[in-house]
Amino acid sequence: MIAEVGLALLWLAAALAALQLVVGALALRPEGRALAGLVRPVAVMQGLLVMGAFAALVMLFVTTDLSVKLVVDNSHSAKPLIFKIAGTWGNHEGSMLLWVTIMAVAGAFVALIERRLDEATLTATLAGQAFISLGFYVFLLIASNPFARLAQPADEGQGLNPLLQDIGLAFHPPTLYVGYVGLSIAFSFAIGALVTRNVGPAFARAMRPWVLGAWIFLTLGITAGSYWAYYTLGWGGWWFWDPVENASLMPWLAATALLHSVSVLQSRDALRAWTVMLGVVAFSMSMVGTFLVRSGILTSVHAFAVDPQRGAFILALLAIDIGGALALFTLRAGTVTEGKRFGLVSREAALVFNNVMLSGILGIVLIGTLYPLLTEAYGVKVSVGAPYFNPAAGMFAFPMFVVMAVGPLLRWRQDRLSGARSGRRLWPLAVCLALVLAVLVGVELTAHGIALLPALGLSVAPGLLLASLLPLRGRNLRRTPLPVWGMVVAHAGIAVALFGMASESAFSVERLAALSIGEAREVGPWRVSLDGMMPVAGPNWTALEANVTTRYAGGTPVQLHPRAETFTNPPGTRNESALETRWNGQLYVVLGEQAEDGRWQMRFWWKPFVPLIWLGGALVGLGGALALLGRVMSDIRRLVAKDKIAWRRMRQGR
Amino acid sequence: MAAYEAGTMSQADPKPRLRLALWLPLILFAALFALFVHGLTNPADTNVASAFVGNPLPQFDLPPAAADRPGLATRAFQTGKPKLLNVFASWCVPCAAEAPQLAALAQAGVEVDGVAIHDQRADLTRFLAANGNPYAAIGRDDQRAVQLAIGSSGVPETYVIDGRGVIRYQHIGDIRPEDVPKLLARVKDAGKGAGS
Amino acid sequence: MKIAHLAALLLIVSAPVLAQEHVPPAPYAYRQLDNPEQEARAKALMVTLRCVMCQSQSIADSDAPIAGDMRSEVRTRIAAGEDPEHIRQWLIARYGDYVTYAPQVKPITWPLFAAPVVILALAALLLRGRFGRPRQTNDEGSA
Repeated sequence: MIAEVGLALLWLAAALAALQLVVGALALRPEGRALAGLVRPVAVMQGLLVMGAFAALVMLFVTTDLSVKLVVDNSHSAKPLIFKIAGTWGNHEGSMLLWVTIMAVAGAFVALIERRLDEATLTATLAGQAFISLGFYVFLLIASNPFARLAQPADEGQGLNPLLQDIGLAFHPPTLYVGYVGLSIAFSFAIGALVTRNVGPAFARAMRPWVLGAWIFLTLGITAGSYWAYYTLGWGGWWFWDPVENASLMPWLAATALLHSVSVLQSRDALRAWTVMLGVVAFSMSMVGTFLVRSGILTSVHAFAVDPQRGAFILALLAIDIGGALALFTLRAGTVTEGKRFGLVSREAALVFNNVMLSGILGIVLIGTLYPLLTEAYGVKVSVGAPYFNPAAGMFAFPMFVVMAVGPLLRWRQDRLSGARSGRRLWPLAVCLALVLAVLVGVELTAHGIALLPALGLSVAPGLLLASLLPLRGRNLRRTPLPVWGMVVAHAGIAVALFGMASESAFSVERLAALSIGEAREVGPWRVSLDGMMPVAGPNWTALEANVTTRYAGGTPVQLHPRAETFTNPPGTRNESALETRWNGQLYVVLGEQAEDGRWQMRFWWKPFVPLIWLGGALVGLGGALALLGRVMSDIRRLVAKDKIAWRRMRQGR
Repeated sequence: MAAYEAGTMSQADPKPRLRLALWLPLILFAALFALFVHGLTNPADTNVASAFVGNPLPQFDLPPAAADRPGLATRAFQTGKPKLLNVFASWCVPCAAEAPQLAALAQAGVEVDGVAIHDQRADLTRFLAANGNPYAAIGRDDQRAVQLAIGSSGVPETYVIDGRGVIRYQHIGDIRPEDVPKLLARVKDAGKGAGS
Repeated sequence: MKIAHLAALLLIVSAPVLAQEHVPPAPYAYRQLDNPEQEARAKALMVTLRCVMCQSQSIADSDAPIAGDMRSEVRTRIAAGEDPEHIRQWLIARYGDYVTYAPQVKPITWPLFAAPVVILALAALLLRGRFGRPRQTNDEGSA
């Protein structure tokens, strides 16, 4: 029953999306003006309906309805409730439904609250949003119905891949989806603005919170995904330049560039065509990423829900949506000029420079990720990994860090770096530069054999951290606007993460050891000993758990319990590493198998400052959240003020 | 609004150069699309083929893996007669599946030599008893030294080696019945090449 | 010296977790070299070599049995004093360019290495003429 209701709601939502598109398109013509009032309510209704459909699917998973094919294929009655819920989107059909759900709900939200944009552009935006949604509805209803029933209910479900039964991973995909879909709103705004040729500060103001919101979720999603890979893959790596990882990084890079260019457009009415272009590119990268992940045309260690047929469908959607948008861009952007000009030394110029650098990194990641596919077409297999990505991306990243340190201190439009007053602004930067050089010299003198990139990272990070705090100098901290705090926190987060990455790469200590019970080893400053081995059981797994006593530099002992887990539904194994986090790093312990002589194969890593990578990522996300909060609050304040004025006028009898 | 329009007008840029740049995204996207279509319609072969075909076998001398068969060394392939080199293991399921085809090849007069990967004598004896033993010699490769040296990435794989010890052909995966004539033809070709 | 001593204590180690094989892996699959400098060199090479059986992992990050044997091969060769790049070439001769995550400079990869330069050139082309002194009167007028 629930399944039928869900399917019916999905059909209705699809029908409303079609209506939204048609009405929206008609309303843009002079003769259809009367219809314009219909678009907003239809968008809201569509959002509500698809939410109902998604709730129905969640219900089916929670109750483990074994007459529904999707539940049987991906769930199991003995699974913990949280993973039953997560199972809803831990598969292709469910994740596509989640995708349209977030998209429609976001569309409904735009329809409800967006009042600053002119009505025509908003109508075009909602029509564009409906157009994209419609493609996904067709995909769901024709090729991947999540509510399909089995002719014969199954006795038990097949369960969820053990690697996916992890609290971090349960919420990693939906976080990324919110990001992707948020970018779809930005994309729709770009389309709307191109259709009405109305690219200006109002458009930027409307689009900005969506870009910011999407970007926060992408940041957190990537950070969480990286941490998940770090502690589940069991070899201490946190980023592998794997196609699936790159697929999530590319939208983030585009969104970061977009976030900055949209701020230029909003405050200075410059970079019009470029911002629209980035709006299109950011969502394109989301679709390209989804396509790469789902189609399986690139082999990945994180392969999930791979199916070439679905890949073909997503590719078709990609061609229609992105191809269409780019064609529109090509036709219209000629009439959208770049807007105001600015000097070579100005905040705009710094932002443009970093936009270009971010786009450069995006280009490198895109080319490096797809290059194996290209050579495959010529019958040659090549692999592109860290030895290419790190230096090629570094070429763009390090100049960007330098400009990132200086940019926020520059004035809009035109600045002068000479003259009496600029000295006061410049000396703190000189301190930062001195710090960078001092650390660089220190690293080169004390540590041997550190590669160029980690050495650069170690030295740039502290200077960048200091420089990113400089915009707060001379301000009353309590009256500093939240968006400024947001920028400072996010930029500091980049510096913090950079330091973590460089330190991990430069100072990690690896120790592989076969230990018998009672044996000890040294791992960097740590002393670790294997004290015992215990069988343990979880809700749907059994495991061997090692009892490892660890001591940092002779300090108090800490017990760690790495596990080797065995799952039965479906059968599989998972190594649950154990981590001990200190302020200055993390000890990483993995339990391997037992050797024939009875000793246990263990892997240890001491990774100085590695948690800073994810702490930095979280700070970047927090910075975004602060900025968003600040903007939303000022919007609300403005609305309240407007209402008050209106109310006063009314009272005065006008 | 009017001010905005005026702003746009006053910014009139040199158009032609910009126009070309505007086409660039669409062109790049078209290229990307073509690449994706090609990738989807021509799924990549997930096997990693040996790049070592055409080279002489590297020097090796493996101890015997089974009680009743000798070990395997490079010089066994320099007798002037083409042979098959089968990389296999008792723990590998497709290896059991291809056993009848190997037997058929041996029946047809081709000498089949084996390299057993990560295998133990007891397991191997059981495997050969259950699936038949078409091998003239089986070398024991506990560290995949030979497997890595000939660019083999898994089990089973079968190589055609000509009479001078040069690798002529690599067959990846289990040998299906329809592969037998192909392999026989390859062995025949290798024989001609080495004889001339 | 202490590290070397500790490493010398290590003996033959266990099979990897995902192994379907019941024979101990090659000696250096899960054992580090005694000489830390050599181990560092081996590690730096191993993270750039692709496991030929796995989905998309370097041999330094994989539990696959063949990855263990490849690690052992690399460590043994490094211990014997072989140059890391020579080992890479040895593997490329056998498995093709697939085996190295560090793309080799050859005609098929020229575009890959040209990419950063091309991107920079494109950026310069797009930005050319973008920067200029703001035209005071015009801008103020339209703001």
